[in-house]
Amino acid sequence: MADTTNSPASAGRRFDEATQTETVGHEWDGIEELNTPLPRWWLWTFYACIVFALGYTVVYPAWPGIHSATQGVFGWTSRGQLASELDAQAATRAKAVAGLADLPIEQLPQHPELMRAAVAGGAAAFKVNCVQCHGSGAAGSKGYPNLNDDDWLWGGDLKTIETTLIHGVRQPGDDMTRQSMMPNFGTDGLLDAGQISAVASYVLSLSGKEKPSAMTQAGAKVFAENCAVCHGDTAKGNRELGAPNLTDAIWLDGGAKADLVAQITHPHHGVMPAWGTRLDPVTIKMLAAYVHSLGGGEEFQAPAVATGAAPAEAATQAVE
Amino acid sequence: MNRPEPITPQGEPPVSLYARHEPVFNRRIDGKFRRIKWAIMVVCLAIYWFTPWIRWNRGPYAPDQAVLIDLAHRRFYMFGIEIWPQEFYFVAGLLIMAGIGLFLVTSAVGRAWCGYACPQTVWTDLFQHVDRLIDGDRNARFRLYKAPWGPAKIARRVLKWAIYLAISFATGGAWIFYFADAPTLQSQFWHGTAPMVAYGTVFVLTLTTFVLGGFMREQVCIYMCPWPRIQTAMLDEKSLIVTYKDWRGEKRGSLKKAQKNPGEYGDCIDCNQCVAVCPTGIDIREGPQIGCITCGLCIDACDRVMAETGRPRGLIDYATLDDAENEKKGNPPTRHLKLIWRPRTLVYFAVWAGIGFALLFMLGTRTHTGLSVAKDRNPPYILMSDGSVRNGYALRLHNMQNRPRAMELAIEGLPGAVMWTEDMGRAQAARVLTRTVAADATQGVRVYVVAPADSHGQAFAFTLTARGDARESDTAKTQFDAPGDE
Repeated sequence: MADTTNSPASAGRRFDEATQTETVGHEWDGIEELNTPLPRWWLWTFYACIVFALGYTVVYPAWPGIHSATQGVFGWTSRGQLASELDAQAATRAKAVAGLADLPIEQLPQHPELMRAAVAGGAAAFKVNCVQCHGSGAAGSKGYPNLNDDDWLWGGDLKTIETTLIHGVRQPGDDMTRQSMMPNFGTDGLLDAGQISAVASYVLSLSGKEKPSAMTQAGAKVFAENCAVCHGDTAKGNRELGAPNLTDAIWLDGGAKADLVAQITHPHHGVMPAWGTRLDPVTIKMLAAYVHSLGGGEEFQAPAVATGAAPAEAATQAVE
Repeated sequence: MNRPEPITPQGEPPVSLYARHEPVFNRRIDGKFRRIKWAIMVVCLAIYWFTPWIRWNRGPYAPDQAVLIDLAHRRFYMFGIEIWPQEFYFVAGLLIMAGIGLFLVTSAVGRAWCGYACPQTVWTDLFQHVDRLIDGDRNARFRLYKAPWGPAKIARRVLKWAIYLAISFATGGAWIFYFADAPTLQSQFWHGTAPMVAYGTVFVLTLTTFVLGGFMREQVCIYMCPWPRIQTAMLDEKSLIVTYKDWRGEKRGSLKKAQKNPGEYGDCIDCNQCVAVCPTGIDIREGPQIGCITCGLCIDACDRVMAETGRPRGLIDYATLDDAENEKKGNPPTRHLKLIWRPRTLVYFAVWAGIGFALLFMLGTRTHTGLSVAKDRNPPYILMSDGSVRNGYALRLHNMQNRPRAMELAIEGLPGAVMWTEDMGRAQAARVLTRTVAADATQGVRVYVVAPADSHGQAFAFTLTARGDARESDTAKTQFDAPGDE
């Protein structure tokens, strides 16, 4: 029993003694419920939310059916929203894309705006297509060229990079693919182990990694007879053939003597997809511009002198 | 057992915690503090209104508005000072000074901010004058309030609210001129070509001024504002507050009663003028309270009554709690100036002034040249074909002056190293490059630094010096990485 005393039922409103709050009028084993209704504003907000929710289910897809849900009178779909967002994105790039499509890549440096757009687009495309081999910083690794340096197997101007990208490296079925095939001097028995060791020493001596000796002299003879035809008499390589410069500091497949011996005995031949069959021309131009922008890009020369580096850079750049 | 058992009905309805708002119809009063209030109101509103229209020539490369918070271009102009976002600590310092300044003012002269300078007080005061102008003084307004709605009342109300709205628009709306070139924005505003955010801001500020100044008034001070609560914690027995000198005023009685029974009654004739003029509707004779903004209008009212009845002024006056004790013993009141010389006020002043001097010192010695550097981390270095080592850096050159400047970027340390930028080629590489940076702008530059073969990884720095001004330079330390160091 509550601390309250009985009184006639006609009393009407009743108040709890301790709190002076009206009760709901029921009592069970002395327990009473105080009547503390929600504030009006809260209640009206709640009703407004219900009305809003009902309207929401009408205009947006909501009620499930057996095969599909109601479409909603606005016709909104998440796929549609994604499509429109992608379209809006494409629209912001449309001008640059159109400009790049019409422009021969060697003229890109004359258009700084397009160049910036191309480098930015190329950086994004690189992250998707190229990082798997060349690394996210384009620094490559053993067997995979570093694209930041000033050393190019096939040439480092925009046009040449674009050609290399389109046709790939050692791709069967592509006539213009970059194809260089160093013979298996060791495994095919063209040179014996002594000759290979000698020529490896000779090559290392060219960049000062080994001192001249009888061994290197013997190697020089082997080089002149077997290697100079592609790598050149001075071993500076030949971009026409994709023959690397052997006198510089950069070694695609390792610069220790064991690496050289392995390479001469049974060369490693890297490959790159012909991106012309996989990506659109504008994306390839963007990728070429990005790779060119990484710090080792060369100036485009008229085809007559396309085999050499820019004169200003010839002193420090070599042909591998 | 589910038959409800009735309990005793209570005779009285439950006590409600909700108090219905009693509108304040404060009477017109003239006096010393009323005139101070007028003066401060005019000065504050004039400063607020006219500041954006002051021009300040900064040359062709910067806006000519004296005070401008240019959010769009992230610049803060104040007369001869220009603040960039990374120098925002100057503004933060000013805000800290403003905060400590409030403490200082409270310690020196009590709640003077509340009574005279707070925008809520100033606008409430202004709107109460509009009330008097349209509806008449206290009694007329009270009668009109009680009167049933009719054409006359509606007309007066509409007119009054229209004036409220006009004042709100003119004052609240003026806020936007601090954020854009004022003449341009005003012209755009009336032609409908101003940015949406300008219209939105004017709408919100007009509405809040209208509601807060026109209708909520003292309720903001009493129920919403945190400052009175902070004040209650800050006031001590040496703080100036508006004091009813009860030892002099009690026992209250009308003039007639006092004449009949000389010696029985105090100076307070219970005329209620102090209550009638109060803008927050309190009775100061109940003692210090949160609703008292210490505006001093009751002092004006009481002084006038005391003069009319031939009694000394100051029955209600600015006084401290210590004064009260002192005067009760019959001693003369302490002079107000003397109150300022106490440790609390002096410490606040020292802190406040110290921050101010520090800001001025920093402002005077800051350079308008900045350099920041971010080193390429992937890859950390590039081996070049000639055996040299290249590192890449993204530099940002800041020219924080309102004219284009030629700046020299130099490598400090790193023997034998040279650098070149993307747009020049390695052939022109050098240890010092000259770049022209546009007025009041930054320039991002990618720099390649190449060090001779066999260089080791080491720390070095870039320096940026404005040509022809050696004081104007900045240094950014960074790292050079080389093979074999990882």
